[in-house]
Parts: sequence; C-alpha cells; structure tokens
Amino acid sequence: MQFGIFTVGDVTTDPTTGRTPSEHERIVDTIAIAKHAEEVGLDVFATGQHHNPPFVPSAPTTTLAFIAAQTRRLILSTSTTLVTTTDPVRIAEDYATLQHLSEGRMDLMMGRGNTGPVYPWFGKDIRQGIELAIENYALLHRLWREENVDWEGHFRTPLQGFTSTPRPLDDLPPFVWHGSIRSPEIAEQAAYYGDGFFANHIFWPASHTARMVRFYRQRFEHYGHGRADQAIVGLGGQVYLARNSQDAVREFRPYFDNAPVYGHGPSLEEFTAQTPLTVGSPQQVIERTLGFREYAGDYQRQLFLLDHAGLPTATVLKQLDLLGEVVRELRPAFEAVRPAHVPSDPPTHVSRLAERAAGEGDEAASSDDVELVSA
Amino acid sequence: MTRQIAVITAGLSEPSSTRLLADRLADATRTALAVRGEQVEVDVVELRPLAHAAVDATLTGFTSGPLTEALDTVARADGVIAVTPTFQASYSGLFKSFLDVFTIDHADALRGTPVLLGATAGTARHSLVLESAMRPLFSYLGALTVPTAVFAASEDWGAAGQADRTAGELASRIDRAAGELAGLVTGRPVRATTEDDGFGEVVDFATLLSR
Repeated sequence: MQFGIFTVGDVTTDPTTGRTPSEHERIVDTIAIAKHAEEVGLDVFATGQHHNPPFVPSAPTTTLAFIAAQTRRLILSTSTTLVTTTDPVRIAEDYATLQHLSEGRMDLMMGRGNTGPVYPWFGKDIRQGIELAIENYALLHRLWREENVDWEGHFRTPLQGFTSTPRPLDDLPPFVWHGSIRSPEIAEQAAYYGDGFFANHIFWPASHTARMVRFYRQRFEHYGHGRADQAIVGLGGQVYLARNSQDAVREFRPYFDNAPVYGHGPSLEEFTAQTPLTVGSPQQVIERTLGFREYAGDYQRQLFLLDHAGLPTATVLKQLDLLGEVVRELRPAFEAVRPAHVPSDPPTHVSRLAERAAGEGDEAASSDDVELVSA
Repeated sequence: MTRQIAVITAGLSEPSSTRLLADRLADATRTALAVRGEQVEVDVVELRPLAHAAVDATLTGFTSGPLTEALDTVARADGVIAVTPTFQASYSGLFKSFLDVFTIDHADALRGTPVLLGATAGTARHSLVLESAMRPLFSYLGALTVPTAVFAASEDWGAAGQADRTAGELASRIDRAAGELAGLVTGRPVRATTEDDGFGEVVDFATLLSR
C-alpha cells in the first residue's frame, strides 16, 4: 500500500503569529516537505494545480520534476491536474516528459477544479465541467496510446495527424487516477477506463465517500477490469499529530478555527466527528485510518493533507516525522487484513512493465486496458 | 394512504407567532385532507435549533445530524407549509439559509411539491412579503405554490371573530389556503418511498462519451 501527502499549495497567514510566507518561501518549502516525505518513508507526494492567489502551484510538472531530481524512491503525483481547463495536448506532453525525467516514478490525478473564474480565464464554461473532463481525458488517453491522432471534439481545435511527443516512457502511458468529491460521473469515468479512483474524503462525511467508492467498484467490475474489490482506490485524509492528544488539539485549534476551507464554521470537535479529520496521538491516527477500509474496502493509496492553513514549515516537517512512525505501523496492519486477491499497491511503472513482460509470453492473455478501451 | 406534510417554521422566539400560524395552517390542512379521506402525518421542522448547523453547512458544503434529518423530511414530503417572520421586508436569514443548504443534497426535491406560504410580522404593512419574496423563492425552486398565502400581523391574533376559529378574516383565509393545499396534495400520486442516493441516474459512460 502506498502512503503519502498531498498539498493544496496555499499561501496562508499563520493565525498564531500573523506571518505570511512569500510565494518564493512557499515554493522552496514545498520541495523541502516533499524530500522529507521520502526521508520518513512515505511513498507519494502530490501537488494541486491552481491558477489564482493564494495558491502557488500553477506549474505542477516543473515542481514535480525538480523534486524527482532530488529524490530516489518517491512517486510524484497530482491532486489534481485540471483536465477541464488545461489543454489535453499539454497534459500529454508535460506529464510524458515528467515520466521520462523521473524514470517512471510518477502518476497523475484528473480533477475538475472548483474555482469558478478559472474556467472563463481559460476560455471554458464551468457548466460544462463534466463534459470537458470526459472529452479532454478521452483525447489525452488516445494521445498517449496512438502515434498519429486524428481527432475532433467540442472544446479544442481539431487535430489531424498529430503525434504527442515525447512518447510515454517504455510506451507505457502514465497511470491515471480520477479524483472527485461528489460527481458519480467521474467515478463512472474511472471505472470505464479501469483507472484509479481517488475520493477526496477530507471535506465530506464518510458516508458520502462510502457511496462513491462503492459505485466506482461496482462499475469497475461491470466494465470487466476485475472484481469490485480489486478496483484501485485512493483516499484523502487529514491529520494533526502530537505525542498526546491534548497537545495536538491545543496546537491545531487556532489553525482549524481560521482555516480557509472550514474555519469560522463547525468546531474542531464537530468537524472531527463529521469528517475523517483526526487531531490526536499517533495511536489515534492509526486507529482512525485503519477504520477507513471498513467503508471504502481494502484500498491502495492513502494521502494525507499536512501543509495548509498557515502551519509553519518547521511544524509540517515535524508532522512528517510523526506521520512516518504512523505509516510504519499502518503498513503491516493494512496488509494483515487484505485478502490475497486484492492488490496492495496501485499500478506503478515497474509493476506494469513486469506485467507486460509476463503477458508477452502469453499471447492469449492480451486483454490489457489499452485494447479494452479502443474497442 | 398517509400523506406526509412538512411544516417549516422559522420563528425565533419561544413561543412564536410564526409557530402559532404554522400550527393553525397544519391543523387546517390535516382537517381538509381528512375530509378528502386522506390520513396525514405532520412533521414540524423548527429552524431555530438548526441555526448553527445551517451556517456550518453553508461554510463546509455538507450537512449532518438533525439538520440532515430535517432536510430529508422536507424533501420527501407530499406537501410543505413554510412560514417565516418578516425581517427587513423579506423572509428571515435563517429561513433562507435553510433553503440554501436544502439544495446541497436535494437540488430538485421541491419541484412540483405543493407549498403553502405563510408569514408573520408586527403590522399588516408587511403583508406583500408573501408575494414579493416568498413566492419568487419557491417559484425558483420549482414548487407548486398554493394560490392563497397567509399573512398574520400581530393585530390579527386579537381580531374579532377569531375565538371559535371559524369566523374572522385570518381563520377563513387559513381554511381556504389549507383547502387548496389539500386539493393539490390529494391530486398527486403517492411518492415512491425508495431512497434516491443520486447514483441511480448516472448516465452510462458510452453515452457520456458520445455527447
């Protein structure tokens, strides 16, 4: 199972000191956070994509490639790549380049984004968010699998004889997740392609995540990619850790109370009860996280949000130390209860290369996802 | 068969004249439906205890606990009685907040639902709140608003002819409105009891792709 962190990339004033980091600090510190994630034994670092203040990550592949150059094991990903407003041709090119530079240590997560003005800034209409996500991804999917693409759709200029370069590393398109908070159409899309489905999970009650994941799993099986419990599921999570829970609550409360997303609304205690947010000791976080599988099934990727709401970088790095300890406990605990036929990890470049090599020895078993979808 | 009537009442004081009007409208509706041979179950949704939860939901984008139950009650009702005090020439902020968060999980749930509108205020000068604020709001939500809306100013509660609840302007208006609501509710098919979790209508991907 993969564990990691995902960042929104917000520049937020620390409510306890009034200090606001510069964009430069935030960008440089994001690199430090990602590198430390690898040092404490995490597997994944994912960044968001935004095109408005107070967010810095507008060019995610630049940041991810920079991190890839300074890490050895970490998988670089996104949370999310805006498939609605980013030209799918540029996504194909940028992420294929990242795939080469990182030697395959990457995947990406498609998302629609929820900032209204971003759509018109890029010449799109937010009311067509779902349609954009579906058409743009269908094109991206072809660009990574077909050398010469003739294509015509509703949302971008047609392509005749277009070849997206560079071609994917080892001719293996990057693995793709589809992220959604509340749109069943996106779960349906992930299931159709046999891609991963990532439930944001952190801003909504668990019952909602449970329904979305169950639906994705059913449809994954419907489209013939495997059994429902073998579908590739990722979950978000949000924690603040301290050696004892009283300290965690005391330290995190001012950040919670003023957080851009949920601040000035429900109390920390209410929000903790209503959503997967866990503020407490390592043992509390371990128990809560292990509980996610009870409603989402045995899953493959767990990402935590740590660096947000104005938390200083020094605090985030200390949080990572504690999270590393938590993850060391979580790994064997998740595997102990996972049935043998359910994959532990999402597909990686290495695992898919091995799978392809095994498949080449067996002509009959040529039903990989490429052919299913182009049928 | 049993018809579900949900009563939304946004009165802030305890007791409130808004609740008083809501109860009168609910009683009259129960009677009018009984005359038509229908059994009635009335659920009263008091908004005051849900005020904090409603504001939280506008900030977080999700509802929980008793607020979710109240919203579900309104969403599955065969008919709704909605009563608000008049604040600054309109419905109260709490009343609007409840309807704002209602649409999080139940975007179209009031479409075609008969709704009886009521409002209270200190004086009759505010009576157009029903037509200038309440009715457009429910029109937007697609509700089938009952032609007669009922306004009660403070003075109405002491007006002559109210004692036996059969005469007087307010009482007769309540009866007329309740009769209209009962007529619309009776004319509707009984609601299917299956819970719609929003996943039943997902379009097959091949169809999504070919749009």
